[in-house]
Amino acid sequence: MTTLLDVRDVSKRFTMGGLFGRRVVDAVVDASFSLSAESPEIFTIIGESGSGKTTLARMILGLEDPTSGEILFRGKKVDRHAGRAERLDFMRHVQPVFQNPFEAFNPLKQIERYLESTARRFLDTGDKAVIDRAMDEALQKVGLSLKEVRGRFPHEMSGGQLQRCAIARALIPNPPLLIADEPVSMVDASLRMSIVNLLKSLRDDLKVSVIYITHDLATAYYISNRLIIMQRGRIVEMGDARTVLEHPEHPYSRLLKASVLSTDDAGAGKLGTDPAMLDQANDSVGRAGELVQRPDGRHVRVYA
Amino acid sequence: MTQNNNAEILKVEGLKAYYQMNYFGVEREVRAVDDITVTMRKNEVYGIAGESSSGKTSFIKVLAAAIRPPLRVVAGTAKYNFASGPIDVAHATPEEIEAVRWKHLSYIMQGSMSVLNPVRRIGKTFQDFAQRPLGLKGAEFESRVVNHLARLNLSPDVLRAYPHELSGGMRQRVTIGLATVCHPEFIIADEPTTALDVVVQKEVLSLIRDIQKEMGASVVFVTHDMSVHANVADRVGIIYAGRLVEEGPTRDMFFAPKHPYTAHLVASLPRIGDRQQRPALEGRPPNLADPPQGCRFHPRCPLAVDKCRKEVPPLETIGPDHRTACWRWKDVEPLVNVSAPSGEMA
Ligand SMILES: Nc1ncnc2c1ncn2[C@@H]1O[C@H](COP(=O)(O)OP(=O)(O)OP(=O)(O)O)[C@@H](O)[C@H]1O
Ligand SMILES: Nc1ncnc2c1ncn2[C@@H]1O[C@H](COP(=O)(O)OP(=O)(O)OP(=O)(O)O)[C@@H](O)[C@H]1O
Ligand code: SF4
Ligand SMILES: [Mg+2]
Ligand SMILES: [Mg+2]
Repeated sequence: MTTLLDVRDVSKRFTMGGLFGRRVVDAVVDASFSLSAESPEIFTIIGESGSGKTTLARMILGLEDPTSGEILFRGKKVDRHAGRAERLDFMRHVQPVFQNPFEAFNPLKQIERYLESTARRFLDTGDKAVIDRAMDEALQKVGLSLKEVRGRFPHEMSGGQLQRCAIARALIPNPPLLIADEPVSMVDASLRMSIVNLLKSLRDDLKVSVIYITHDLATAYYISNRLIIMQRGRIVEMGDARTVLEHPEHPYSRLLKASVLSTDDAGAGKLGTDPAMLDQANDSVGRAGELVQRPDGRHVRVYA
Repeated sequence: MTQNNNAEILKVEGLKAYYQMNYFGVEREVRAVDDITVTMRKNEVYGIAGESSSGKTSFIKVLAAAIRPPLRVVAGTAKYNFASGPIDVAHATPEEIEAVRWKHLSYIMQGSMSVLNPVRRIGKTFQDFAQRPLGLKGAEFESRVVNHLARLNLSPDVLRAYPHELSGGMRQRVTIGLATVCHPEFIIADEPTTALDVVVQKEVLSLIRDIQKEMGASVVFVTHDMSVHANVADRVGIIYAGRLVEEGPTRDMFFAPKHPYTAHLVASLPRIGDRQQRPALEGRPPNLADPPQGCRFHPRCPLAVDKCRKEVPPLETIGPDHRTACWRWKDVEPLVNVSAPSGEMA
């Protein structure tokens, strides 16, 4: 198999300097996985808030240097300090959709300007008609149109509309790898389904691989091929999405699944979590342990 | 859990709020809030649900007295009855609003992570907003804040961090901390838990509930996530195309909805184990610059009849605390539960 993306023992340590001394945060610890170039897949990252998902995504995008380890895209090291032409070429292949659409767009710029500059850059043309067509096509893929978006500023759109614009922008250069950091957290259930179905069709029809970061276990189950579950910087479980979500093994994975809110007791105000499960999950925090493979193919972190 | 004997704290009447814009000489009007009448009570959590761009944020911007052009209140009132006195936030002066902000009324904005000042440490932001209303100084103030953050599962270290040094979920918890640290009477939260993992989400939701109960405060909770409403809200109101189309006690809304749109929202909730897509609504969301005549839901409604295309159904009371705006509410029941595909349940 040739690899599209190879993440090798990647770690990231941040130092937060402060008046009261320094503190280090191990945002990502020894993460390894790879995506194949031949069979595009939706590779999902689930995990604790603050467990390093966005940091990992930013390293893959070459926006942040790993403290140790390396990341290869099509065999070539992802390098934040590469020349301009090389960076542009890389960005043509790996496109981000960020977590918070309100942050992703410049509030003072009309949305179409943002799409337009992406189109101009990647299509390498100044032809207005070509640019408009590319923008409209990308917007149509997410259920919008250039007509609806034209002249609008980010604050004139709802969260869901804005997030669809962010995805449309990422689709303009037709990248083989899309890194979508919580692309559906701002949108309602039916739009959420239309966006994940969009990711699915990108994979199936256009052979785009997607790294899908989410807190939503239902859509993760619905569209992912494989997934990893992260806790405090470490991958604690990795494998076939349905195998893992149907029968999670790591205590944190099990806690995660048990915490999904249900509507079966609507109105009863049930928000308790089994304290024993919480304790077991917290027990593994900060411990290195070791990822071992199970007969069903998944990897689970176990502790001596 | 319904507390219909509790005193009213907010009365919204006939509220219309439009975005009025002028693009190169062309007038455009987005009728994001179009005639909403609703009452909220002391000591309750009122959930507001509805699809993307239905006007949820616009509505609560008015409630939160955060009305900025091009959004304008065109008609109606939004009167609070605070301990400090009554105020109609739809028509109050900036000074009057300033006097109730944080101490009586606090607002957690959608995407509020980005609202934190990027060049100010979190601790400074807490000082800016909370020090005066709390009337505490130095170590006393700091320990109040630290204790409060601990309840949100945040370490005191975050006070020294800049916003970009925190993860999305951590920032979201910081803004919840900001909005609740002064123990306001009325808390408005717009999608406050969408960026959190499900474990922390649950913790944060129960924290919001605890604070609400402790203080006898009222919370208006906006989210498109129906499973959050199911577990947090006392009452739920559904907004469709700028209008309140149904409102009722949480249990009734989930198990006996009386509006086809509510029935759809409940049935379309994805669950772990779904291998198939749940049925989506036909057609596109309405355009608020040119909403459909009659019942605004009629182009997508499985029950629509001729009358629906012509006449706007009134929001009528059909049971205790239960109101709906549908000509055919008596026929909604069969829609409930029929459409859920049988994915294996988690
Ligand atoms: N620039 C930075 N400087 C210092 N610390 C940082 C920086 N960026 C992230 N961190 C820290 O790294 C850890 C991981 O953050 P990250 O944003 O990757 O989490 P996440 O898994 O994406 O969380 P969420 O689900 O809340 O978005 C957090 O503890 C965060 O405070
Ligand atoms: N500042 C603005 N100027 C013009 N139109 C606006 C503005 N803000 C919002 N709108 C429009 O008003 C309508 C309602 O938007 P609103 O943000 O209230 O929706 P929402 O229900 O909160 O959606 P979401 O769930 O996606 O956040 C949308 O059509 C939106 O495009
Ligand atoms: S009034 Fe008519 S169109 Fe509107 S929800 Fe009821 S049945 Fe459907
Ligand atoms: Mg993140
Ligand atoms: Mg909103």
